[in-house]
Amino acid sequence: MTGSKEMVGPPPWTDVGTHGVFPEGRHDEVARFNFLASLNVHIQTRIFPGNRLAYEKRVRPRFHAEKKREPQTRQELRPFMEADPYWQTWSALRRTYMEMRQENGRSMVLRQADKLIEKAKALNEGDPNLELNPELEVPRYLTGVDIHCMPGSYHTEALPDDVTAAANYDCGIFATTGGLLGRYNDGGGRAMLAWIRKNMPDFKPRRILDMGCGLGHNTVPLAKAFPDAEVYALDVAAPMLRYGHARAKSMGVTNIRFIQENCEKTRFEDGFFDLVVTAQFWHETSRKAMPLLMKEIHRVLAPGGVHLSLEQPPYRDMPVYDQLIRDWDAHYNNEPFWTTLHDMNMVDELVKAGFRREDCFETTFVGQMEEDFARDAGMDGGKDFGRGGSWYGVGSRKPAA
Amino acid sequence: MTEKLPKERLLDPALKAKGRRPYFFQDPAADRLMAITMALAGELSVTRERLDTLERVLAGKGILAQEEIEAFRPDDDAKNARATLRNDYVRRVLRIIQAEFDELDQMKAEDEYQRYQEELARD
Repeated sequence: MTGSKEMVGPPPWTDVGTHGVFPEGRHDEVARFNFLASLNVHIQTRIFPGNRLAYEKRVRPRFHAEKKREPQTRQELRPFMEADPYWQTWSALRRTYMEMRQENGRSMVLRQADKLIEKAKALNEGDPNLELNPELEVPRYLTGVDIHCMPGSYHTEALPDDVTAAANYDCGIFATTGGLLGRYNDGGGRAMLAWIRKNMPDFKPRRILDMGCGLGHNTVPLAKAFPDAEVYALDVAAPMLRYGHARAKSMGVTNIRFIQENCEKTRFEDGFFDLVVTAQFWHETSRKAMPLLMKEIHRVLAPGGVHLSLEQPPYRDMPVYDQLIRDWDAHYNNEPFWTTLHDMNMVDELVKAGFRREDCFETTFVGQMEEDFARDAGMDGGKDFGRGGSWYGVGSRKPAA
Repeated sequence: MTEKLPKERLLDPALKAKGRRPYFFQDPAADRLMAITMALAGELSVTRERLDTLERVLAGKGILAQEEIEAFRPDDDAKNARATLRNDYVRRVLRIIQAEFDELDQMKAEDEYQRYQEELARD
């Protein structure tokens, strides 16, 4: 816990919020995460902005000399940028950083796997708020590659009743974001909640659905804010759900039902939910899954209900350089649907799924910094390129009956 | 698929993520060196943090004496514990070479990723 003192870097890992299934960190494991968090902030604030300089000073003139015009697409710009030594160094460093973060999280979690599994079991056993379906087929868009270089992705089970994928995700996301998602990595959920409070102050959803909830880190703030609501958190990955349920329960949050189900086709009756949310969800789906998921949102939403999705912003109207930077993860960090999604118009897709255009909207979810935790160190002229700060939002309403 | 790997591979902290591993420099040797150097930098940072912890704890108890550190000789248990530490250390620092070894197992990953991206775009 930090006091009133001005802190000079990201908070140490030992300040991260713990709960009943959070892995214990030994001294050196903690120090490794501390190093990674500091390294991450250094890369983002001191190294990353140099790419823009390299682009302006070297890459763009070289492109111009060769093509006699400005770059018009990120696709034609990429080979020029990839030839620049500064981009190469930054990219190599960033990729290595991602791999180190995974290795440290995994070595910390796997050595205490049995203990974590036991802790989760003790909290989960016999609780109707956790419903797993071992027969469920994990869709290919989550198994084709290991999403964002996370070995085994979300769903792989190395041990019976495995929770290690989730524990690794939970203990390390702090380092990848320099702590900007907050003490409980719930910045996305808190940002959506703040949007609801501001734009729909009287909204009291009776039932909430979180699609692709992962370990429920963004579900919990909503469940706490609406304690009388029944919250349903769906995901296809059993390790995330086991851990997520145990985590929420140990935090005293018992109004979330974690269910292993493919959100393309859920069990819920038409109009069951007043609020449907997704956070960082769409870019991990596919072209075929998206319309099914959107139609499902439309189907389960009650008259007067609202859907909110927190995502990375679309590329349209974005300068070519910014598109190229944002597309890094698609090419070098195992996000295979990222490019396709961000070239699409989400509102058009929602309209195709049944929403009226006038009921769809794009917005911004503003990050709610925790005063006594990590502070935004100010990245490339205020643009943090997707790892904290604020997020793109898209939503849709169903007209009241 | 990663999930089909044998259990001991799945439980290896340094398991390579499924999907192509991009290299950025003209000579991938530079990427390799970058990864090794950053791992070394990390471990040095960890060691310095540990030393700092130790010194603060000892100083707090008024028992830090520089001469004792110089005169220290490990017993057999300590020798084994330190050998294990060094083994883990080397494995961590040279992680990227293991990843390349794993890549040989998945030689078609590059093409597969490309095809997969295109497939999802069309799907």
